[in-house]
Amino acid sequence: MSNNSPAATQANSSTPQARPQKGFDLARLLLDGRAFFALIAIIIIFSTLSPVYFSASNFLTMSSHVAIFGLLSIGMLLVILTGGIDLSVGSTLGLAGVFAGFLMQGVSFEAFGVMVYPPVWVVVILTCALGAFIGAINGVLIAYFKVPAFVATLGLLYVARGAALLMTDGLTYNNLSGDPALGNTGFDWLGFNRLLGVPVGVWVLAAVAILCMLALNRTPFGRWIYSTGGNARAAELSGVPVKKVKVTVYVLSGICAALAGLVLSSQLTSAGPTAGTTYELTAIAGVVIGGAALTGGRGNIRGTLLGAFVIGFLSDGLVIIGVSAYWQTVFTGTVIVLAVMLNSVQYSGRKAKNSAKDTPQKTPQDEEPGTTHARHDSRQTEARTAKAT
Amino acid sequence: MTRTSLTDLQQHNSALPSFLEEGKIGEPILSARNIAKSFGNVHALKTVNFDIHRGQVTTLFGENGAGKSTLMKILSGVIQPTAGDILLEGQPVHFASTTEAQHHGVSIIHQELSLAPNLNVRDNIFMGRELVGPMGVDFAEEERQTRLLMEELDEPIDPLTPVEELRLGQQQIVEIARALSTKSRILIMDEPTSALSASEVEVLFRVIADLKRRGVSIVYISHHLEEALQITDHAVVLRDGSMTAYAPRQDIDLEWIVRNMVGEGFDLGSPPSGYDMGDVALSLQDISVTDPANPERALVNRLSLDLRAGEIVCIYGLMGAGRTELLESVAGRMPISSGSVLLGQHDVSQLTIAQRIEQGLVLVPEDRQRDGLVQTMPVGQNLSLASIGAFTRGLFTSVAREMEVIEDSIRNVHIKTDGGSAEIGSLSGGNQQKVVIGKMLATHPRVVMLDEPSRGIDIGAKAEVFKLLAEGARQKGLAVLYSTSEVGECLSIAHRILVMSRGSIVAEFSADVTKEQIMAASGESVAA
Repeated sequence: MSNNSPAATQANSSTPQARPQKGFDLARLLLDGRAFFALIAIIIIFSTLSPVYFSASNFLTMSSHVAIFGLLSIGMLLVILTGGIDLSVGSTLGLAGVFAGFLMQGVSFEAFGVMVYPPVWVVVILTCALGAFIGAINGVLIAYFKVPAFVATLGLLYVARGAALLMTDGLTYNNLSGDPALGNTGFDWLGFNRLLGVPVGVWVLAAVAILCMLALNRTPFGRWIYSTGGNARAAELSGVPVKKVKVTVYVLSGICAALAGLVLSSQLTSAGPTAGTTYELTAIAGVVIGGAALTGGRGNIRGTLLGAFVIGFLSDGLVIIGVSAYWQTVFTGTVIVLAVMLNSVQYSGRKAKNSAKDTPQKTPQDEEPGTTHARHDSRQTEARTAKAT
Repeated sequence: MTRTSLTDLQQHNSALPSFLEEGKIGEPILSARNIAKSFGNVHALKTVNFDIHRGQVTTLFGENGAGKSTLMKILSGVIQPTAGDILLEGQPVHFASTTEAQHHGVSIIHQELSLAPNLNVRDNIFMGRELVGPMGVDFAEEERQTRLLMEELDEPIDPLTPVEELRLGQQQIVEIARALSTKSRILIMDEPTSALSASEVEVLFRVIADLKRRGVSIVYISHHLEEALQITDHAVVLRDGSMTAYAPRQDIDLEWIVRNMVGEGFDLGSPPSGYDMGDVALSLQDISVTDPANPERALVNRLSLDLRAGEIVCIYGLMGAGRTELLESVAGRMPISSGSVLLGQHDVSQLTIAQRIEQGLVLVPEDRQRDGLVQTMPVGQNLSLASIGAFTRGLFTSVAREMEVIEDSIRNVHIKTDGGSAEIGSLSGGNQQKVVIGKMLATHPRVVMLDEPSRGIDIGAKAEVFKLLAEGARQKGLAVLYSTSEVGECLSIAHRILVMSRGSIVAEFSADVTKEQIMAASGESVAA
């Protein structure tokens, strides 16, 4: 079929042969950049609806809200890229906040009869270590004990939330500002202060995003993450330490959640055990809106950040124009479903394009008795192995 | 339809229908006339003619890719032919789906059994056509009929046993029972014995003989030639999509089949010569690998072999001979239960896959889609995946160095692609295979193992892959170990040919062996 003939050009909207044509390129561009265009659309719509929305101060406020979701989403992205899921981040965020609050109140060592008031930087490090620890439990359960990621992290969701409630007896730590006499002031700096006019939380998000972007694009570890999610068996046979990669992404996700917990409790100047409930779902939504595939192997930091901004700017916008909280949930849900729908359109489009090219070679191969048989055998072996372990 | 067949069952008071009265034994019941099938430019079948005889077993012989399964899929309605007719008792029929074929009495039993393992025998047999009474599903009646079926087949399996608790051979019988209970009079069995033990094969053959007596016609496909010869009444041989020979049982023998199956093949090269081989590069000493599902069964049984630098060795074996398990355990994917793997002087049997790759021992896996390629990554990243360390400086990878690695690979293994950023799915099967090979060669190995390197690629690409390996052996002293189930591929670049069966090496040949000798060596051991 000739692409250059006028007939082919006319048929460009319906035939796959005409893909490189102009009209389709625009659709492709809109589809590929949908998170970006959605963000622009949200900003334009709310700016026309409310004079308050389009102002530097509002953007900064909204950005500091986005920082929380953004941190969670980045951690979630790393996990999702390997083909996993981390449902425990909301609870980890809550537990991290409470743990930080607990440390700020001073730790008493009764055996020695002393109260220790750790300085803020120690609190930050210990809290991140707690997040890493929770992530490590997730990772080991999933990579070494073969617990499905959904179940393992669901378990940790409950355990971490329960631990947070136990630590405080259900109450909230309100005094997080520390005492100059004890040398532990400065906790509110994370949430309240601004560097060059930008909230510190946003800087934290930016730093984490840049680090993860570098790690994903320019380090062996990043390549390992993508290959593990793309095809773990092939990655393993190519020498990728698949299990270690899995544990590491959950650890990183835990640390991101702990950082988010620190920023949030600092913003609120209080640490409650129920903070961050259902945030894991918002984080997943951010990743998905950002174009990542839940099956792993596809996605990037830029998209995920855009996704976090779409969700944050949308929900804040709805608050500003005074839409009821009930409607906000409806809108957010709709956006998420739309995003996932477009993801499937994007990936299935890509697949169709590939298989169209591939059919002549691929199909006879599939017809081969040996091929199907080998798959059958190994699937059975796998199933048996799973049973045995 | 279903209803009538079930009432029939009850009237006969026998679970198994009999088709004896409908026609004479040995008459053609289902015929393929000038059947052809193309996938794009590839002609999987070219004008095939053959008959299935009533109440007899017709066996299809042919190498991998000869078109056996394609033909069976056409006869059972899974796919439709590009051209040609199917005649059922002389009348042209058209099977648009497997259900339609079943309505005409044609059922296929796939290599992959289509039973639900979590359900019991009764529910599997009546799956999708449950007997509904006034109180919902009539389980008692279903159970009674199932029990009757099983008794008729002489396999006393309790109808309430979950299928997952049955041995594979019994599961196959359940599948046969299900086909029969839908009043199938033509049963197509695709490699039914490949996963069965010798005693289970005996049971299956007894069931087949029983079915023949009832007038059921059977189409049988198997790689185990001698086994198939035991039960067949007619033989049909396919090669490269064409029927090359057709004869009744009394006129044929093993040699006849092999001669017609193999034919005069394409030249896949010859063993590289004109250089001296080096020291032993890989030495396997008394390796055993046990079946993870069944610790008493050895997939590889105390196997030893030496491979010298610059030497190319081929392992020939049938499905289930243990070739894949052998290669995967040497590569570090499966644990070995005893023995040692010496790479040069060092025992690598305790090392991880990554460490073995670093030491120069690599595996190109059998199934490139499942084990070889990361489909979400472009060609370039697939090529560089195993050698990331080579272009990492400090913490970060070097884009420029990676490009060099990728471009070298594309050039060295002759991959036809738009460049490193092309999607992996845009490549042909042969080029995808070269990507997997190129990925492992980019790690500069000393020993490369390839599990069925030519699977699913066309003959031209096959020749290219073999040429590549021969060059590697001659120029770089690469030690090459490859496995195959196609005898023609043994007689190409290999200096030595080992025949593997049931986890052991049963014969060793030099490059001047004939195809018949190799096949006989593996065939005999199967029958034994």
